[in-house]
Amino acid sequence: MAEIVRENGRVVFTEAMREAYTILVPHMAPYHFDLVINAARSEGYKAELLTTDDYDVIHEGMKYAHNDICVPAMLVIGQFINAIKKRSIDVDKTALVLVQTGGACRASNYISLLRKALIKAGYPDVPVISLNAGGLEKNPGFNVTPRLLHKFHDAILFGDMLMQLVNQTRPYEITPGETDAVHKDVVDDLKAYFNHRTLFTWRKHKRQTKTIIGRFKRIPVDRSQIKPKVGIVGEIYVKYSPLGNNHLERTLEQEGCEAVTPPLYDFFLYSFDSRVYDIKTYGGPRKEKLALKIFVWYVEIRRNKIRKMMRKAGYEPGIPYKAIKRLTQGFIDVGTHTGEGWLLTAEMIDLIRHGAPNIVCTQPFGCLPNHIAGKGMIKKLKKHYPESNIVAIDYDTSASKINQINRITLMVSNAKRNLERKIG
Amino acid sequence: MDTPLRVGIDIGSTTIKMVAIDADNTIVYKAYERHMSSVSRALKALLENADNALSAQAMRFNFTGSAGLRLAKYLGAQFTQEVIAASSALRKHAPDTDVCVELGGEDAKIMFFEGDNIEMRMNGTCAGGTGAFIDQMATLLDTDASGLNDMAKSYDKLYDIASRCGVFAKTDIQPLLNQGAAKSDIAASIYQAIVNQTVGGLSQGKKIRGRVAFLGGPLTFSSELRKRFTEFLSLENPYLPDHGEVFVAYGAALEAERAPMTVRALFRQVDSYRRRHNDSARKTMPPLFAANADLEAFKARHAQADVPRHNPRDYRGNAYLGIDAGSTTTKLVLLTHTGEILYSFYRHNRGNPLETVKNALREMLSQMHSDIVIRYAVSTGYGEALIKHAYALDDGEVETICHYEAAKYFDPDVSFVVDIGGQDMKCFKITNGVITSIVLNEACSSGCGSFVETFAESLGHTVETFADMAVEAKHPVDLGSRCTVFMNSSVKQAQSEAATNKDISAGLAISVVKNALYKVIRAHDVRAEYGEHILVQGGTFQNDAVLRAFERETGVEVVRPRIAHLMGAFGAALIARERSRLDTRSTMLDEARLKAFTYTRKRATCHRCHNLCALTINIFNDGEKYISGNRCEKGAGINVSYDDIPNLYLYKYDKIMAYEKKQNLTDPQARVGLPMVMNMYENAPFWQPFFEALNIEVVYSDRSTKALYERGQDSIPSDTICYPAKLAHGHIESLYDKGIDFIFYPNMPFNFDESAHAQNHYNCPVVAHYPEVIEANLDHLNMGMFLQPYVTLNDDAAFVKSMKKALRPLVDVTTKQLKKAYHTGIIAYKAFRKAVQKEGDKALEYAREHDLNVIVLAGRPYHIDPEVNHGIPKLIRSLNVVVLSEDALNHRARRDHVDVLNQWTYHTRLYDVAEYVAGLDERVNLVQLVSFGCGLDAITTDEVKAILERNHKLYTQIKIDEISNLGAVNIRLRSLLSTMEGVKSHG
Repeated sequence: MAEIVRENGRVVFTEAMREAYTILVPHMAPYHFDLVINAARSEGYKAELLTTDDYDVIHEGMKYAHNDICVPAMLVIGQFINAIKKRSIDVDKTALVLVQTGGACRASNYISLLRKALIKAGYPDVPVISLNAGGLEKNPGFNVTPRLLHKFHDAILFGDMLMQLVNQTRPYEITPGETDAVHKDVVDDLKAYFNHRTLFTWRKHKRQTKTIIGRFKRIPVDRSQIKPKVGIVGEIYVKYSPLGNNHLERTLEQEGCEAVTPPLYDFFLYSFDSRVYDIKTYGGPRKEKLALKIFVWYVEIRRNKIRKMMRKAGYEPGIPYKAIKRLTQGFIDVGTHTGEGWLLTAEMIDLIRHGAPNIVCTQPFGCLPNHIAGKGMIKKLKKHYPESNIVAIDYDTSASKINQINRITLMVSNAKRNLERKIG
Repeated sequence: MDTPLRVGIDIGSTTIKMVAIDADNTIVYKAYERHMSSVSRALKALLENADNALSAQAMRFNFTGSAGLRLAKYLGAQFTQEVIAASSALRKHAPDTDVCVELGGEDAKIMFFEGDNIEMRMNGTCAGGTGAFIDQMATLLDTDASGLNDMAKSYDKLYDIASRCGVFAKTDIQPLLNQGAAKSDIAASIYQAIVNQTVGGLSQGKKIRGRVAFLGGPLTFSSELRKRFTEFLSLENPYLPDHGEVFVAYGAALEAERAPMTVRALFRQVDSYRRRHNDSARKTMPPLFAANADLEAFKARHAQADVPRHNPRDYRGNAYLGIDAGSTTTKLVLLTHTGEILYSFYRHNRGNPLETVKNALREMLSQMHSDIVIRYAVSTGYGEALIKHAYALDDGEVETICHYEAAKYFDPDVSFVVDIGGQDMKCFKITNGVITSIVLNEACSSGCGSFVETFAESLGHTVETFADMAVEAKHPVDLGSRCTVFMNSSVKQAQSEAATNKDISAGLAISVVKNALYKVIRAHDVRAEYGEHILVQGGTFQNDAVLRAFERETGVEVVRPRIAHLMGAFGAALIARERSRLDTRSTMLDEARLKAFTYTRKRATCHRCHNLCALTINIFNDGEKYISGNRCEKGAGINVSYDDIPNLYLYKYDKIMAYEKKQNLTDPQARVGLPMVMNMYENAPFWQPFFEALNIEVVYSDRSTKALYERGQDSIPSDTICYPAKLAHGHIESLYDKGIDFIFYPNMPFNFDESAHAQNHYNCPVVAHYPEVIEANLDHLNMGMFLQPYVTLNDDAAFVKSMKKALRPLVDVTTKQLKKAYHTGIIAYKAFRKAVQKEGDKALEYAREHDLNVIVLAGRPYHIDPEVNHGIPKLIRSLNVVVLSEDALNHRARRDHVDVLNQWTYHTRLYDVAEYVAGLDERVNLVQLVSFGCGLDAITTDEVKAILERNHKLYTQIKIDEISNLGAVNIRLRSLLSTMEGVKSHG
């Protein structure tokens, strides 16, 4: 067991721990974290993805987290503690990692809640690594080196692409299960990709992208039946995590729809861009502003290339970040960036304008930012886009699934009726 | 026989409906049954009857309803979402319908028809049930749904009753009952509450007008509910279909299009579903008792905790009486000098505690030997003061103290008492003989005992048999542990999965316990935090299943006295014995005076301050008066001496409101309206001087009232947001009446950066961006005059830049003027903060001089709004306690670190003031005010509690919402004060 170093009360992830410790990673976004984990492993971290989604997770969360806290915190904390309890032998060699977004949303406090929960549960020595862009906490054993950062960047890019490819293929596949099989193969193949030692490997990336698109393209599909497209927006965790949203993408597909989940990268760009806005409006370091601007610019160059390739192959890759941002005009100010902020509103507009007027707006029960940019904007959207068909669903550990499904069914019935009217 | 019949089967949360129609869409058969939670069984019975009534022809079936979804999926049958079914039936029969209101067992829906477009709203997970809500309320009034309707016919007055869920409403209704409000008025108020909830919670910004259709059981069967809707919405000639109760099933029948099959064939399919799904994969838990022997041992162990009894007919000598007038039940215990029980009484007060106590006392006296002398009598519980006055008892005591006395009798070392009663949960921890922390359930997390009771009754059982069933359950259902509404849905789900009533009963018992442990007590390890000497009591623990679940969940063998339901009265009697003197008799009314005892009630409103308390005046036959409902003694007609006691909440509110009157502009260039909501209670001292410096007159919105809230209610887009935010809608509306030039309500993502140790200085997302919601949802108003710039007060350049952009189109201002005005504003704001801090110092000094207790009521700036805090600061002051606010003391704290991310300015103040209070003597304590729905306070409450408890300080939390029942708050505060006294005398 490595020596425990504390800073301001928190356990630091030290150099010595890097070799010996297994880092547990919560499964926050299925398409992306499959790859993020490989990126981390390729840099020498013993990382392990938590895929549990059974009842114990919720139970542990309820036991150790405040019951009024939102469902993402409850589930993530529950998942961690459940995992530690199950492998109690090597708890001395376990660390946790959590993405910390920062900002005025209570989500930025998950990490402190997790630490409190760990102490309560009797694991005060387990280090928790904060993965954040704002430099909130430092850990000598965990350095986000430029190469690791770039690998994460690649993982998110691939993840977004896979998510779009799967969602646009699976509802139409002729042999059930084929899309998922291809998805799994691709993830396996990508393991090797992350072993590269160089930065800016665009050529490799391009070849890889092409291969992946090609593999999906080869899946036999039947697109003769037009299915209503249903967008999924909302709080970042319940939007992407099947554990948080009761497997929403699957549910929608079973109801005969095509799910459209907007890319995760937009959220990161939005976070960086918001920081730029704050520095510009309320003051702050100019260097940081410039660096962030360059980063957003660089990412968008790469994404544009991917978008082009996808579009060429007949897939819908979504619109550039800047175009999404422009959509807010007349609806919500881009100064609204707590939680998902204006991006949530913009994504809804984007979906409505690009063939998916049916939307599930997901939020944890009592989510504050969503009162503003989600539920708060629905009326205005409806006024400007009468065809919009939005249902807001509260997710909660104790909420009954049947109630959620009932409301989703209603939205889907509407969607189908509207589609019929449009076609017929 | 050419066209097959079409059949719609609607399986709702409580009922199952079936309609068969012929080619002309005429109903040829209909059935309506309660399914008593066993969906498949009820469906089988229904099909059996249908098979007899209709010939064996093939028919097209279509399912609908929330509980029908899963079944239809399994059967591979057609399913139409219930709202779609309803709308297609409406299109057939009332195509001119503009809006349809449908209330079901647990769902509430509104459909808006605009040409081809249908917009539908359904209640969210938090908006409580409706039909189930009515049933629950009817039980409370000792009647059923149709009885409630009859009662409501003769009402003449409406009360405010919260309708979000049964628990809230109960909290409102119970005091009304206790104060003797007419049942007819309450019944009508219950219907009004449903109307408010439907209009406020569901319409979400769309007006209900034009031709309105009413659907669903409650609206079909209750004429008075329809009347409330019709009157409230000023509707003309609403449409009520002939077969309203089966209307949705009829709609489903219209939509039926699958291949025909016989009833027999469907019957067989349902039967096979039933056989398969008795052991389905739903979430279950291990049984409460694995073997019969466990149950026997368990029962034997708990039988030991008992109190000896003595026959009152052959006892002579001194006796001591305790009366516990609880919210739903009345309890009496008469003790001998040696502590044996002579007489005990436990009964539902049926909303009338005075009468119940009178009967109990007369019954007791009639059974007593004439040589028994009652030396002393003490009352406790909700009705403590009322009973004490009415029957001239010797004393009253806070219920927590009584419970502790009683608990000590069974276990002198008792370290933790958990009391789960009908609708409240009280827990307290005892350290060194002093109650050190009190946990009461907040309005949203209760739903304890009476919830199980209501459920038992709705499933056709008594509480006792229901509990026995739970003990036998093999696979208890996991029902989650939030509030009643969630459990209702979970039960519904379990029902649709064919869970047995036994398993549901056990699941409910486990849920009650989990609710208590994880939601209210919030203990992850009870044994470690509260010790092993745990005593449980209250009516709910009479249920062996609940008791067992509690022991299993905590891993502690607890004590449940045989008299668990009488503990309050028992404790009061023990206290009576202790306080009595051998030479005096109790002052209690004797037999003759009891017999003659009558009382009348009057209602009145106290006009002595802005709170406008609704008073109930009880006038007894001897002319004595007892007044209740008042927040302070003024309402009781007493001229009070405590007006001098400092109350920072009042001070701040008056000071902030005075800025509007202070202005002295002769010829203002414009008039600006400021909505007095959220952070305006912090920043008005900046904005008013700022605008004055620009020669702009400031006009405030109206003061917050319930009526103002209701005015803006229909544009609130999110029903789960906090009350302070909801109030904003009414405030903005009121500003439009005031002849102003523009309204100013800035977005302020950042607050003042006032402490170096905080990592950031945000506002909460709602405070920061609510103007965006206003603009998006009050679109019926002229939003051209609504200014909502993004502003920071931390930096003059950034401030001037955004203000110039916002103001320039409307008024004439230069950069220089703006900058100057900014600094004027900042100086004024700083002066305001200084004044508050100085007042805080003065208040502390006053307390020291007069030897008074101090409560630091720590909340947010907007909690000074009396409509938000419901007069709690006044209530505290009326208990002779000095009231301080968090921002009067936070600057004194020396803090450098907290365990959470410290990034919200208002929260930083909370942590700081907690730290400061922690260092003060035991006369100063902190009470945290928390608004329901505040997501951020899930973080702050834990941290503030931790800071205080680390320093051995008491932590008390009061949760507030739009409801204004102060009964629970009162008990909590009085318990806190009596604990403070205890700490003082032990310390």
